[in-house]
Amino acid sequence: MPENFNRHLVELSHINKTFNAGSVNEALLFENFNFSIERGQFISIVGSNGSGKTTLLNLICGSLMPESGSILFDGRDITKMPEYRRSAFIGRVFQDPATGACPSLTILENMALADNKGKKYNLTPGVSKKRIDYYKQQLEMLHLGLEDKISMPVGLLSGGQRQALALLISTLTPIDLLILDEHTAALDPKSSENVMELTDKFVREKNLTAVMVTHNLRYAVEYGDRLVMMHKGTAVKDVAYHEKDACTVEDLLKTFNQISVECGN
Amino acid sequence: MVFSLIETVFREGFIYALMAMGVLITYKILDFPDLSVDGTFPLGACVAAALITLGMNPWLVCIAAFLAGAFMGSITGFLHVKLGITDLLSGILVMTASWSINLIITGGTAIFQFFKLPTIFNSGLANALPSALYAHRQVLIVFLLAVIVKLALDAFLKTKSGLLLRAGGDNSRFVTSLAHHPGHVKILGLAIGNGCTALAGCVLAQLNENADVNAGKGMVVMALAAVIIGTGALRRVSFLKLTTMAICGAILYKACLQIALLLGLPPTYLKLLMAVLLTISIVSQKIGKKGGALNA
Repeated sequence: MPENFNRHLVELSHINKTFNAGSVNEALLFENFNFSIERGQFISIVGSNGSGKTTLLNLICGSLMPESGSILFDGRDITKMPEYRRSAFIGRVFQDPATGACPSLTILENMALADNKGKKYNLTPGVSKKRIDYYKQQLEMLHLGLEDKISMPVGLLSGGQRQALALLISTLTPIDLLILDEHTAALDPKSSENVMELTDKFVREKNLTAVMVTHNLRYAVEYGDRLVMMHKGTAVKDVAYHEKDACTVEDLLKTFNQISVECGN
Repeated sequence: MVFSLIETVFREGFIYALMAMGVLITYKILDFPDLSVDGTFPLGACVAAALITLGMNPWLVCIAAFLAGAFMGSITGFLHVKLGITDLLSGILVMTASWSINLIITGGTAIFQFFKLPTIFNSGLANALPSALYAHRQVLIVFLLAVIVKLALDAFLKTKSGLLLRAGGDNSRFVTSLAHHPGHVKILGLAIGNGCTALAGCVLAQLNENADVNAGKGMVVMALAAVIIGTGALRRVSFLKLTTMAICGAILYKACLQIALLLGLPPTYLKLLMAVLLTISIVSQKIGKKGGALNA
Protein backbone atom coordinates (compact mmCIF):
# COMPACT_ATOMS: atom_id res chain seq x y z
CA MET A 1 0.00 0.00 0.00
CA PRO A 2 1.52 3.39 -0.98
CA GLU A 3 2.47 5.65 1.87
CA ASN A 4 0.03 8.39 0.98
CA PHE A 5 -2.85 5.97 0.41
CA ASN A 6 -6.04 7.50 1.64
CA ARG A 7 -8.94 5.25 2.62
CA HIS A 8 -11.31 8.13 1.92
CA LEU A 9 -11.85 9.31 -1.63
CA VAL A 10 -13.87 12.36 -0.57
CA GLU A 11 -13.73 14.18 2.73
CA LEU A 12 -15.99 17.12 3.56
CA SER A 13 -14.97 18.79 6.80
CA HIS A 14 -16.60 21.54 8.85
CA ILE A 15 -18.86 22.55 5.98
CA ASN A 16 -21.16 25.55 6.53
CA LYS A 17 -23.76 26.33 3.90
CA THR A 18 -26.54 28.92 4.19
CA PHE A 19 -29.09 29.73 1.52
CA ASN A 20 -30.27 33.29 0.82
CA ALA A 21 -27.73 34.67 3.28
CA GLY A 22 -28.61 38.11 4.56
CA SER A 23 -32.26 38.01 3.50
CA VAL A 24 -35.44 37.24 5.46
CA ASN A 25 -35.45 33.83 3.81
CA GLU A 26 -32.05 32.96 5.20
CA ALA A 27 -31.88 29.23 5.81
CA LEU A 28 -28.97 27.50 7.46
CA LEU A 29 -28.62 24.02 6.01
CA PHE A 30 -25.21 22.67 6.92
CA GLU A 31 -23.52 23.70 10.15
CA ASN A 32 -20.12 22.17 10.82
CA PHE A 33 -21.09 19.23 8.61
CA ASN A 34 -18.64 16.36 8.14
CA PHE A 35 -18.99 13.58 5.63
CA SER A 36 -16.56 11.17 4.02
CA ILE A 37 -16.84 8.68 1.21
CA GLU A 38 -14.73 5.56 1.30
CA ARG A 39 -12.95 4.44 -1.85
CA GLY A 40 -15.01 1.88 -3.74
CA GLN A 41 -18.13 2.46 -1.67
CA PHE A 42 -21.60 2.69 -3.23
CA ILE A 43 -23.64 5.00 -1.02
CA SER A 44 -27.42 5.50 -1.16
CA ILE A 45 -28.75 8.69 0.37
CA VAL A 46 -32.41 9.12 1.32
CA GLY A 47 -34.22 11.92 3.08
CA SER A 48 -37.19 14.25 2.81
CA ASN A 49 -37.23 17.35 0.60
CA GLY A 50 -34.94 20.05 1.93
CA SER A 51 -32.89 17.64 4.00
CA GLY A 52 -29.69 18.52 2.15
CA LYS A 53 -29.21 15.49 -0.10
CA THR A 54 -28.91 17.35 -3.39
CA THR A 55 -26.98 20.20 -1.75
CA LEU A 56 -24.46 17.62 -0.58
CA LEU A 57 -24.06 16.38 -4.17
CA ASN A 58 -23.81 19.96 -5.44
CA LEU A 59 -21.04 20.70 -2.94
CA ILE A 60 -19.09 17.60 -3.99
CA CYS A 61 -19.50 18.42 -7.70
CA GLY A 62 -18.81 22.14 -7.30
CA SER A 63 -22.20 23.40 -8.50
CA LEU A 64 -22.44 25.08 -5.10
CA MET A 65 -19.61 26.46 -2.97
CA PRO A 66 -19.62 26.24 0.85
CA GLU A 67 -19.24 29.39 2.97
CA SER A 68 -16.53 27.66 4.94
CA GLY A 69 -15.02 24.25 5.42
CA SER A 70 -12.95 22.13 3.11
CA ILE A 71 -13.48 19.40 0.54
CA LEU A 72 -10.67 16.97 -0.09
CA PHE A 73 -10.68 14.66 -3.09
CA ASP A 74 -8.10 11.90 -2.98
CA GLY A 75 -6.24 14.00 -0.43
CA ARG A 76 -6.23 17.06 -2.71
CA ASP A 77 -8.04 20.24 -1.68
CA ILE A 78 -10.74 20.93 -4.28
CA THR A 79 -12.83 23.38 -2.21
CA LYS A 80 -12.28 26.23 -4.69
CA MET A 81 -12.04 24.18 -7.88
CA PRO A 82 -14.75 25.10 -10.42
CA GLU A 83 -17.36 22.52 -11.38
CA TYR A 84 -16.15 21.99 -14.94
CA ARG A 85 -12.67 21.05 -13.74
CA ARG A 86 -14.02 18.59 -11.19
CA SER A 87 -15.94 16.94 -14.04
CA ALA A 88 -12.64 15.51 -15.20
CA PHE A 89 -12.82 12.94 -12.39
CA ILE A 90 -16.49 13.09 -11.32
CA GLY A 91 -19.30 11.79 -13.52
CA ARG A 92 -22.88 12.84 -12.83
CA VAL A 93 -26.32 11.71 -13.93
CA PHE A 94 -29.20 14.08 -13.22
CA GLN A 95 -32.90 13.50 -12.57
CA ASP A 96 -33.89 15.15 -15.85
CA PRO A 97 -33.04 12.78 -18.73
CA ALA A 98 -32.59 15.84 -21.00
CA THR A 99 -29.44 16.94 -19.16
CA GLY A 100 -27.28 13.86 -19.74
CA ALA A 101 -26.69 14.31 -23.45
CA CYS A 102 -27.30 16.75 -26.31
CA PRO A 103 -30.75 16.26 -27.87
CA SER A 104 -29.87 17.68 -31.31
CA LEU A 105 -26.68 15.62 -31.68
CA THR A 106 -26.80 11.96 -32.67
CA ILE A 107 -26.02 9.12 -30.27
CA LEU A 108 -22.72 8.66 -32.08
CA GLU A 109 -21.78 12.35 -31.77
CA ASN A 110 -22.68 12.34 -28.08
CA MET A 111 -20.57 9.24 -27.48
CA ALA A 112 -17.65 10.75 -29.41
CA LEU A 113 -17.82 13.97 -27.38
CA ALA A 114 -17.89 12.01 -24.13
CA ASP A 115 -15.06 9.77 -25.31
CA ASN A 116 -12.87 12.85 -25.73
CA LYS A 117 -13.41 14.10 -22.17
CA GLY A 118 -10.19 15.32 -20.60
CA LYS A 119 -8.54 15.79 -23.99
CA LYS A 120 -8.43 18.80 -26.29
CA TYR A 121 -11.52 19.69 -28.35
CA ASN A 122 -9.54 20.74 -31.42
CA LEU A 123 -10.02 20.73 -35.19
CA THR A 124 -9.54 16.99 -35.66
CA PRO A 125 -12.61 15.02 -36.81
CA GLY A 126 -15.28 14.87 -34.10
CA VAL A 127 -16.23 11.26 -34.70
CA SER A 128 -13.39 8.83 -35.28
CA LYS A 129 -14.52 5.98 -37.55
CA LYS A 130 -12.17 3.60 -35.78
CA ARG A 131 -14.06 4.05 -32.52
CA ILE A 132 -17.55 3.34 -33.89
CA ASP A 133 -17.34 -0.39 -33.21
CA TYR A 134 -16.25 0.33 -29.66
CA TYR A 135 -19.23 2.68 -29.15
CA LYS A 136 -21.60 0.03 -30.52
CA GLN A 137 -20.11 -2.52 -28.15
CA GLN A 138 -20.66 -0.15 -25.22
CA LEU A 139 -24.25 0.56 -26.32
CA GLU A 140 -24.98 -3.17 -26.50
CA MET A 141 -24.45 -3.35 -22.75
CA LEU A 142 -27.62 -1.28 -22.31
CA HIS A 143 -29.76 -3.98 -24.02
CA LEU A 144 -31.95 -1.27 -25.56
CA GLY A 145 -30.96 -1.78 -29.20
CA LEU A 146 -29.38 1.68 -29.34
CA GLU A 147 -26.36 0.22 -31.16
CA ASP A 148 -28.56 0.08 -34.28
CA LYS A 149 -29.67 3.71 -33.93
CA ILE A 150 -26.35 5.49 -33.60
CA SER A 151 -27.23 8.09 -36.23
CA MET A 152 -30.45 9.04 -34.48
CA PRO A 153 -30.61 12.38 -32.60
CA VAL A 154 -30.79 11.76 -28.85
CA GLY A 155 -33.84 14.04 -28.67
CA LEU A 156 -35.90 11.30 -30.31
CA LEU A 157 -35.15 8.72 -27.61
CA SER A 158 -37.48 7.97 -24.68
CA GLY A 159 -36.65 9.14 -21.15
CA GLY A 160 -35.54 5.66 -20.11
CA GLN A 161 -33.30 5.25 -23.15
CA ARG A 162 -31.80 8.70 -22.62
CA GLN A 163 -31.09 8.04 -18.96
CA ALA A 164 -29.41 4.71 -19.73
CA LEU A 165 -27.34 6.52 -22.38
CA ALA A 166 -26.52 9.29 -19.89
CA LEU A 167 -25.26 6.65 -17.48
CA LEU A 168 -23.08 5.11 -20.17
CA ILE A 169 -21.79 8.52 -21.31
CA SER A 170 -20.88 9.63 -17.79
CA THR A 171 -18.84 6.47 -17.21
CA LEU A 172 -17.32 6.15 -20.70
CA THR A 173 -13.97 7.64 -19.70
CA PRO A 174 -12.34 6.55 -16.43
CA ILE A 175 -13.74 8.53 -13.49
CA ASP A 176 -13.14 8.25 -9.77
CA LEU A 177 -16.61 9.11 -8.53
CA LEU A 178 -20.09 8.67 -9.98
CA ILE A 179 -22.86 10.96 -8.72
CA LEU A 180 -26.46 9.84 -9.27
CA ASP A 181 -28.89 12.64 -8.53
CA GLU A 182 -32.35 10.96 -8.27
CA HIS A 183 -31.56 9.57 -11.69
CA THR A 184 -34.51 7.16 -11.80
CA ALA A 185 -37.14 9.56 -10.39
CA ALA A 186 -38.47 10.78 -13.75
CA LEU A 187 -38.80 7.32 -15.32
CA ASP A 188 -41.66 4.82 -15.54
CA PRO A 189 -41.31 1.76 -13.22
CA LYS A 190 -39.90 -0.56 -15.88
CA SER A 191 -37.32 1.90 -17.22
CA SER A 192 -36.48 2.88 -13.68
CA GLU A 193 -35.80 -0.76 -12.79
CA ASN A 194 -33.64 -1.20 -15.89
CA VAL A 195 -31.58 1.94 -15.26
CA MET A 196 -31.08 0.92 -11.63
CA GLU A 197 -29.83 -2.54 -12.62
CA LEU A 198 -27.48 -0.98 -15.18
CA THR A 199 -26.22 1.44 -12.55
CA ASP A 200 -25.37 -1.40 -10.20
CA LYS A 201 -23.68 -3.32 -13.02
CA PHE A 202 -21.56 -0.34 -14.12
CA VAL A 203 -20.54 0.52 -10.57
CA ARG A 204 -19.43 -3.08 -9.93
CA GLU A 205 -17.79 -3.75 -13.29
CA LYS A 206 -15.98 -0.42 -13.55
CA ASN A 207 -15.11 -0.52 -9.88
CA LEU A 208 -16.53 2.94 -9.20
CA THR A 209 -17.14 4.86 -6.04
CA ALA A 210 -20.73 6.07 -6.27
CA VAL A 211 -23.15 8.32 -4.39
CA MET A 212 -26.83 7.94 -5.24
CA VAL A 213 -29.62 10.15 -3.97
CA THR A 214 -33.00 8.45 -4.26
CA HIS A 215 -36.57 8.72 -3.03
CA ASN A 216 -37.06 5.04 -3.67
CA LEU A 217 -36.47 3.38 -0.30
CA ARG A 218 -36.39 -0.08 -1.85
CA TYR A 219 -33.49 0.90 -4.14
CA ALA A 220 -31.71 2.43 -1.17
CA VAL A 221 -32.03 -0.82 0.75
CA GLU A 222 -31.36 -3.21 -2.14
CA TYR A 223 -28.42 -1.46 -3.76
CA GLY A 224 -25.18 -0.11 -2.40
CA ASP A 225 -22.88 -0.78 0.55
CA ARG A 226 -23.85 2.12 2.73
CA LEU A 227 -27.12 3.88 3.50
CA VAL A 228 -27.38 7.44 4.76
CA MET A 229 -30.57 9.19 5.83
CA MET A 230 -30.35 12.96 5.82
CA HIS A 231 -32.51 15.30 7.84
CA LYS A 232 -32.09 19.07 8.22
CA GLY A 233 -28.46 18.99 7.17
CA THR A 234 -27.33 16.07 9.31
CA ALA A 235 -26.98 12.36 8.70
CA VAL A 236 -29.52 10.91 11.13
CA LYS A 237 -28.82 7.36 10.05
CA ASP A 238 -25.59 6.05 8.56
CA VAL A 239 -25.11 2.30 8.23
CA ALA A 240 -22.72 0.28 6.09
CA TYR A 241 -22.06 -3.28 4.92
CA HIS A 242 -23.58 -6.03 7.13
CA GLU A 243 -25.25 -3.43 9.33
CA LYS A 244 -26.88 -2.07 6.18
CA ASP A 245 -27.82 -5.55 4.98
CA ALA A 246 -29.98 -5.91 8.08
CA CYS A 247 -31.81 -2.70 7.24
CA THR A 248 -35.31 -2.99 5.71
CA VAL A 249 -37.68 -0.58 4.03
CA GLU A 250 -39.89 -0.81 7.15
CA ASP A 251 -36.97 0.32 9.36
CA LEU A 252 -36.41 3.30 7.11
CA LEU A 253 -40.08 4.25 7.13
CA LYS A 254 -40.11 4.01 10.90
CA THR A 255 -37.14 6.36 11.19
CA PHE A 256 -38.81 8.73 8.73
CA ASN A 257 -41.97 8.79 10.84
CA GLN A 258 -40.04 9.36 14.05
CA ILE A 259 -38.34 12.38 12.49
CA SER A 260 -41.67 13.72 11.33
CA VAL A 261 -43.18 13.33 14.81
CA GLU A 262 -40.21 15.13 16.35
CA CYS A 263 -40.80 17.96 13.92
CA GLY A 264 -44.46 18.08 14.90
CA ASN A 265 -45.73 17.11 11.46
CA MET B 1 -34.06 43.93 -66.87
CA VAL B 2 -35.48 40.89 -65.08
CA PHE B 3 -32.17 39.09 -65.44
CA SER B 4 -30.15 41.95 -64.01
CA LEU B 5 -32.60 42.16 -61.14
CA ILE B 6 -32.16 38.47 -60.37
CA GLU B 7 -28.41 38.96 -60.53
CA THR B 8 -28.68 41.82 -58.01
CA VAL B 9 -30.69 39.60 -55.66
CA PHE B 10 -28.11 36.84 -55.85
CA ARG B 11 -25.14 39.20 -55.61
CA GLU B 12 -26.44 40.87 -52.48
CA GLY B 13 -27.93 37.62 -51.21
CA PHE B 14 -24.58 35.83 -51.26
CA ILE B 15 -22.86 38.75 -49.49
CA TYR B 16 -25.44 38.81 -46.72
CA ALA B 17 -25.37 35.01 -46.65
CA LEU B 18 -21.82 35.28 -45.28
CA MET B 19 -23.23 37.22 -42.35
CA ALA B 20 -26.31 34.97 -42.06
CA MET B 21 -24.03 31.93 -41.67
CA GLY B 22 -22.20 33.74 -38.87
CA VAL B 23 -25.44 34.62 -37.13
CA LEU B 24 -26.55 31.02 -37.64
CA ILE B 25 -23.69 30.02 -35.34
CA THR B 26 -24.52 32.54 -32.61
CA TYR B 27 -28.31 32.63 -32.77
CA LYS B 28 -29.32 29.19 -33.98
CA ILE B 29 -26.53 26.99 -32.65
CA LEU B 30 -25.46 28.88 -29.51
CA ASP B 31 -28.86 30.47 -28.82
CA PHE B 32 -27.13 33.82 -28.23
CA PRO B 33 -28.92 36.99 -29.49
CA ASP B 34 -25.79 38.80 -30.64
CA LEU B 35 -26.30 42.51 -31.37
CA SER B 36 -22.61 43.24 -31.88
CA VAL B 37 -23.21 42.28 -35.53
CA ASP B 38 -24.42 45.83 -36.16
CA GLY B 39 -20.93 47.01 -35.25
CA THR B 40 -18.79 44.25 -36.73
CA PHE B 41 -20.38 44.49 -40.20
CA PRO B 42 -19.11 48.07 -40.81
CA LEU B 43 -15.91 47.12 -38.96
CA GLY B 44 -15.17 44.65 -41.75
CA ALA B 45 -15.89 47.37 -44.31
CA CYS B 46 -13.63 49.91 -42.60
CA VAL B 47 -10.79 47.40 -42.18
CA ALA B 48 -11.11 46.60 -45.90
CA ALA B 49 -10.97 50.27 -46.90
CA ALA B 50 -7.97 51.03 -44.71
CA LEU B 51 -5.94 47.98 -45.76
CA ILE B 52 -6.74 48.22 -49.47
CA THR B 53 -5.66 51.85 -49.39
CA LEU B 54 -2.40 50.64 -47.85
CA GLY B 55 -1.99 48.31 -50.83
CA MET B 56 -2.69 44.92 -49.26
CA ASN B 57 -3.81 42.00 -51.41
CA PRO B 58 -7.65 42.14 -51.43
CA TRP B 59 -7.99 38.42 -50.56
CA LEU B 60 -5.68 38.85 -47.57
CA VAL B 61 -7.83 41.85 -46.64
CA CYS B 62 -10.79 39.46 -46.41
CA ILE B 63 -8.89 37.31 -43.92
CA ALA B 64 -7.83 40.39 -41.94
CA ALA B 65 -11.45 41.59 -41.79
CA PHE B 66 -12.56 38.16 -40.55
CA LEU B 67 -9.94 38.28 -37.80
CA ALA B 68 -10.92 41.83 -36.79
CA GLY B 69 -14.57 40.75 -36.51
CA ALA B 70 -13.59 37.63 -34.61
CA PHE B 71 -11.66 39.77 -32.14
CA MET B 72 -14.68 42.03 -31.50
CA GLY B 73 -16.93 38.98 -31.20
CA SER B 74 -14.68 37.48 -28.58
CA ILE B 75 -14.93 40.75 -26.65
CA THR B 76 -18.74 40.38 -26.65
CA GLY B 77 -18.16 36.88 -25.30
CA PHE B 78 -15.67 38.09 -22.72
CA LEU B 79 -18.11 40.73 -21.42
CA HIS B 80 -20.85 38.13 -21.13
CA VAL B 81 -18.91 35.13 -19.85
CA LYS B 82 -16.16 36.64 -17.73
CA LEU B 83 -17.80 39.86 -16.53
CA GLY B 84 -21.32 38.47 -16.20
CA ILE B 85 -23.04 41.12 -18.36
CA THR B 86 -26.28 39.92 -20.01
CA ASP B 87 -26.04 38.66 -23.59
CA LEU B 88 -28.05 41.53 -25.10
CA LEU B 89 -26.16 44.24 -23.24
CA SER B 90 -22.76 42.71 -24.09
CA GLY B 91 -23.69 42.98 -27.76
CA ILE B 92 -24.93 46.56 -27.37
CA LEU B 93 -21.68 47.56 -25.64
CA VAL B 94 -19.55 46.16 -28.43
CA MET B 95 -21.85 47.64 -31.07
CA THR B 96 -21.52 51.09 -29.49
CA ALA B 97 -17.76 50.80 -29.03
CA SER B 98 -17.37 49.66 -32.66
CA TRP B 99 -18.84 52.95 -33.81
CA SER B 100 -15.79 54.84 -32.52
CA ILE B 101 -13.37 52.13 -33.58
CA ASN B 102 -14.74 52.23 -37.13
CA LEU B 103 -14.40 56.02 -37.26
CA ILE B 104 -10.83 55.76 -35.95
CA ILE B 105 -10.01 53.28 -38.74
CA THR B 106 -11.51 55.50 -41.44
CA GLY B 107 -9.77 58.54 -39.99
CA GLY B 108 -13.03 60.22 -38.99
CA THR B 109 -14.89 60.10 -42.30
CA ALA B 110 -18.28 58.42 -42.44
CA ILE B 111 -17.68 57.17 -45.99
CA PHE B 112 -14.15 56.08 -46.84
CA GLN B 113 -13.73 55.76 -50.61
CA PHE B 114 -11.04 53.79 -52.38
CA PHE B 115 -11.90 53.99 -56.09
CA LYS B 116 -9.71 52.31 -58.71
CA LEU B 117 -7.69 50.29 -56.23
CA PRO B 118 -7.37 46.51 -56.60
CA THR B 119 -10.30 44.63 -55.00
CA ILE B 120 -11.38 40.99 -55.25
CA PHE B 121 -13.78 42.12 -58.00
CA ASN B 122 -11.26 43.79 -60.34
CA SER B 123 -7.95 42.01 -59.86
CA GLY B 124 -6.39 38.56 -59.79
CA LEU B 125 -9.09 35.93 -60.01
CA ALA B 126 -11.64 38.33 -61.55
CA ASN B 127 -9.28 39.14 -64.42
CA ALA B 128 -8.56 35.46 -64.99
CA LEU B 129 -12.23 34.80 -65.80
CA PRO B 130 -13.08 34.09 -69.45
CA SER B 131 -14.39 37.21 -71.13
CA ALA B 132 -17.91 35.78 -71.46
CA LEU B 133 -18.18 35.52 -67.69
CA TYR B 134 -16.42 38.76 -66.87
CA ALA B 135 -19.65 40.74 -66.87
CA HIS B 136 -20.97 38.43 -64.14
CA ARG B 137 -17.76 38.41 -62.12
CA GLN B 138 -19.35 40.05 -59.07
CA VAL B 139 -22.04 37.44 -58.54
CA LEU B 140 -19.58 34.63 -59.35
CA ILE B 141 -17.02 35.83 -56.81
CA VAL B 142 -19.52 36.31 -54.00
CA PHE B 143 -20.97 32.88 -54.82
CA LEU B 144 -17.48 31.39 -54.55
CA LEU B 145 -16.92 33.11 -51.21
CA ALA B 146 -20.27 31.92 -49.85
CA VAL B 147 -19.45 28.34 -50.90
CA ILE B 148 -15.98 28.50 -49.33
CA VAL B 149 -17.38 29.80 -46.02
CA LYS B 150 -20.21 27.27 -46.10
CA LEU B 151 -17.85 24.34 -46.67
CA ALA B 152 -15.45 25.61 -44.01
CA LEU B 153 -18.24 25.97 -41.45
CA ASP B 154 -19.70 22.56 -42.33
CA ALA B 155 -16.29 21.00 -41.87
CA PHE B 156 -15.72 22.89 -38.62
CA LEU B 157 -19.05 21.76 -37.15
CA LYS B 158 -17.91 18.15 -37.60
CA THR B 159 -14.64 18.59 -35.73
CA LYS B 160 -14.29 18.00 -32.00
CA SER B 161 -14.36 21.74 -31.42
CA GLY B 162 -17.43 22.11 -33.65
CA LEU B 163 -19.30 19.29 -31.93
CA LEU B 164 -18.57 20.90 -28.57
CA LEU B 165 -19.91 24.22 -29.92
CA ARG B 166 -23.16 22.53 -30.97
CA ALA B 167 -23.33 20.87 -27.57
CA GLY B 168 -22.83 24.26 -25.89
CA GLY B 169 -25.96 25.72 -27.46
CA ASP B 170 -27.94 22.58 -26.86
CA ASN B 171 -27.05 21.73 -23.28
CA SER B 172 -24.34 23.76 -21.59
CA ARG B 173 -24.48 21.39 -18.61
CA PHE B 174 -23.20 18.66 -20.89
CA VAL B 175 -20.20 20.81 -21.80
CA THR B 176 -19.48 21.26 -18.08
CA SER B 177 -19.69 17.52 -17.58
CA LEU B 178 -17.08 17.10 -20.34
CA ALA B 179 -14.67 19.04 -18.12
CA HIS B 180 -14.83 22.08 -20.38
CA HIS B 181 -15.81 25.67 -19.50
CA PRO B 182 -19.16 26.29 -21.24
CA GLY B 183 -18.37 30.00 -21.50
CA HIS B 184 -15.27 29.40 -23.60
CA VAL B 185 -17.41 27.63 -26.18
CA LYS B 186 -19.63 30.73 -26.35
CA ILE B 187 -16.65 33.02 -26.86
CA LEU B 188 -15.43 30.82 -29.73
CA GLY B 189 -18.88 30.84 -31.35
CA LEU B 190 -19.18 34.63 -31.06
CA ALA B 191 -15.73 35.03 -32.58
CA ILE B 192 -16.67 32.90 -35.60
CA GLY B 193 -20.08 34.59 -35.97
CA ASN B 194 -18.66 38.10 -35.95
CA GLY B 195 -15.73 37.07 -38.12
CA CYS B 196 -18.19 35.99 -40.82
CA THR B 197 -20.15 39.22 -40.34
CA ALA B 198 -17.04 41.38 -40.75
CA LEU B 199 -16.14 39.36 -43.84
CA ALA B 200 -19.56 40.22 -45.30
CA GLY B 201 -18.94 43.90 -44.55
CA CYS B 202 -15.51 43.66 -46.16
CA VAL B 203 -16.88 42.09 -49.35
CA LEU B 204 -19.66 44.68 -49.61
CA ALA B 205 -17.11 47.49 -49.20
CA GLN B 206 -14.91 46.01 -51.94
CA LEU B 207 -17.93 45.77 -54.21
CA ASN B 208 -18.94 49.40 -53.61
CA GLU B 209 -15.31 50.56 -53.44
CA ASN B 210 -16.15 52.44 -50.29
CA ALA B 211 -16.71 51.74 -46.60
CA ASP B 212 -19.76 53.26 -44.95
CA VAL B 213 -19.61 53.42 -41.15
CA ASN B 214 -23.42 53.53 -41.17
CA ALA B 215 -23.70 50.28 -43.11
CA GLY B 216 -24.34 48.28 -39.93
CA LYS B 217 -27.76 49.68 -39.08
CA GLY B 218 -30.30 46.87 -39.03
CA MET B 219 -27.80 44.11 -39.81
CA VAL B 220 -28.94 42.03 -36.83
CA VAL B 221 -32.51 42.23 -38.04
CA MET B 222 -31.49 41.31 -41.57
CA ALA B 223 -29.29 38.39 -40.55
CA LEU B 224 -31.81 37.01 -38.08
CA ALA B 225 -34.57 37.23 -40.67
CA ALA B 226 -32.38 35.39 -43.19
CA VAL B 227 -31.60 32.63 -40.68
CA ILE B 228 -35.18 32.27 -39.49
CA ILE B 229 -36.66 32.35 -42.98
CA GLY B 230 -34.05 29.91 -44.28
CA THR B 231 -34.25 27.40 -41.47
CA GLY B 232 -38.03 27.80 -41.17
CA ALA B 233 -38.92 27.45 -44.84
CA LEU B 234 -36.52 24.58 -45.48
CA ARG B 235 -36.71 22.66 -42.20
CA ARG B 236 -38.61 19.78 -43.79
CA VAL B 237 -35.84 19.27 -46.35
CA SER B 238 -33.81 16.99 -44.15
CA PHE B 239 -30.72 16.59 -46.36
CA LEU B 240 -29.99 20.34 -46.38
CA LYS B 241 -27.33 21.58 -44.01
CA LEU B 242 -28.10 24.55 -41.74
CA THR B 243 -25.51 26.63 -43.60
CA THR B 244 -27.30 26.00 -46.91
CA MET B 245 -30.55 27.05 -45.29
CA ALA B 246 -28.95 30.30 -44.11
CA ILE B 247 -27.69 31.05 -47.65
CA CYS B 248 -31.14 30.35 -49.12
CA GLY B 249 -32.70 32.48 -46.39
CA ALA B 250 -30.46 35.42 -47.21
CA ILE B 251 -31.34 35.18 -50.91
CA LEU B 252 -35.08 34.83 -50.23
CA TYR B 253 -34.91 37.81 -47.91
CA LYS B 254 -33.09 39.96 -50.46
CA ALA B 255 -35.64 38.90 -53.06
CA CYS B 256 -38.47 40.09 -50.81
CA LEU B 257 -36.82 43.50 -50.37
CA GLN B 258 -36.12 43.83 -54.11
CA ILE B 259 -39.68 42.94 -55.00
CA ALA B 260 -41.00 45.49 -52.51
CA LEU B 261 -38.78 48.20 -54.02
CA LEU B 262 -39.84 47.15 -57.50
CA LEU B 263 -43.48 47.49 -56.52
CA GLY B 264 -42.76 51.10 -55.67
CA LEU B 265 -41.94 51.05 -51.95
CA PRO B 266 -39.98 54.24 -51.20
CA PRO B 267 -36.46 53.35 -49.88
CA THR B 268 -37.30 55.35 -46.73
CA TYR B 269 -39.56 52.47 -45.71
CA LEU B 270 -36.86 49.84 -46.13
CA LYS B 271 -35.86 49.43 -42.48
CA LEU B 272 -39.52 49.37 -41.47
CA LEU B 273 -40.10 46.60 -43.97
CA MET B 274 -37.04 44.74 -42.64
CA ALA B 275 -38.46 44.86 -39.11
CA VAL B 276 -41.88 43.74 -40.32
CA LEU B 277 -40.34 40.86 -42.29
CA LEU B 278 -38.45 39.62 -39.23
CA THR B 279 -41.58 39.89 -37.08
CA ILE B 280 -43.58 37.91 -39.63
CA SER B 281 -40.92 35.23 -39.91
CA ILE B 282 -40.66 34.78 -36.13
CA VAL B 283 -44.43 34.67 -35.67
CA SER B 284 -45.00 32.30 -38.57
CA GLN B 285 -42.31 30.01 -37.21
CA LYS B 286 -44.08 29.95 -33.84
CA ILE B 287 -47.42 29.16 -35.46
CA GLY B 288 -45.71 26.42 -37.48
CA LYS B 289 -44.34 24.87 -34.31
CA LYS B 290 -47.72 24.95 -32.54
CA GLY B 291 -49.35 23.31 -35.52
CA GLY B 292 -46.67 20.63 -35.47
CA ALA B 293 -47.29 19.93 -31.80
CA LEU B 294 -51.05 19.63 -32.37
CA ASN B 295 -50.55 17.24 -35.25
CA ALA B 296 -48.17 15.08 -33.27
